[in-house]
Amino acid sequence: MESQVSRVDGNAMAGMLGEIFVHEMTAARVACGGCGRIEAIGAEHAYMDAPSVVLRCCHCEGVLLVLTRARDNYVLGLGKASWLEVAGSP
Amino acid sequence: MARAAVLGRLSWTLGEVVELIDETPRVRSIVLDVPDWPRHRAGQHVDVRLTAEDGYQAQRSYSIASAPEDPRLALTVERLPDGEVSSYLVGELRPGDMLELRGPIGGYFVWEASRQEPLLLVAGGSGIVPLMSMLRHREASATVPGARLVYSSRSWEDVIYREELERLSSAAGGPQVIHTLTRTQPPGWTGYARRVDGAMLAEAAWAPSADPMAFVCGPTPFVESVASALVLIGYRPTSVKTERFGPTGG
Repeated sequence: MESQVSRVDGNAMAGMLGEIFVHEMTAARVACGGCGRIEAIGAEHAYMDAPSVVLRCCHCEGVLLVLTRARDNYVLGLGKASWLEVAGSP
Repeated sequence: MARAAVLGRLSWTLGEVVELIDETPRVRSIVLDVPDWPRHRAGQHVDVRLTAEDGYQAQRSYSIASAPEDPRLALTVERLPDGEVSSYLVGELRPGDMLELRGPIGGYFVWEASRQEPLLLVAGGSGIVPLMSMLRHREASATVPGARLVYSSRSWEDVIYREELERLSSAAGGPQVIHTLTRTQPPGWTGYARRVDGAMLAEAAWAPSADPMAFVCGPTPFVESVASALVLIGYRPTSVKTERFGPTGG
């Protein structure tokens, strides 16, 4: 039950992603290298209550991205996300 | 410099509390005047940051309740048990106070009134908030698709925006609003009195053949059960957008 309740949508990562990316990222599409499915980041599963924020594939629960904010830097861990497609003019 | 000129960068800003509206005993709307607020999209949220005198900071995300067309920004907040931020926002904030926030945030769980597909909104409790922004946006727009709201509350007293929903739904071209009251019902209640399930959605939602677009918002178990039920009755998974409330919304 606990893990079920702590799961939210990738949408919840929007503010944190907005701190490091110039473009809006929850509408960006991400490909899962585990199962091959492609979804918007906002549609994936996010786990926000760990020290790091973890984005998992909503189909296979494979870890896509792990974002950690430390005192004066961010660490973006690349899991099974094989690519990101971001909308926006350069 | 206009905030919009700083491409994509989220920055903290201050809004002044201009009105507080008690929606239910546990839920309050906070109406803010935010200088240079960029127009938001219905369904987006903001981050709110509170700073204590000793420097301790707590940050939470809250959905925007107001329409993009509304010059004032409205948030609607439910007081959660032991919620350090929500108990301050619902219990202690006063008109004239300044609130630190950043946004609008999010580009996935958003709806534009220019969309043509019939709109299905399914809300559990305070999950109504971003969906209310969509309904207000719809009301402020000229030509809009049909809309239905299936709204699950514990009791009639817990229904947020009750009077406004009644007003909207009784207006010509207004949304159809279907309530279900899961714990207690007023005397003579003839509506639904159970959790949202596939049978209820099959009766109350648009037929999948109408190619509807669905937005589901509420607690995580509610959202997952409703989204699965919609797919089971034939909705395309890509046309069902969800926003789950986490446990850290306090």
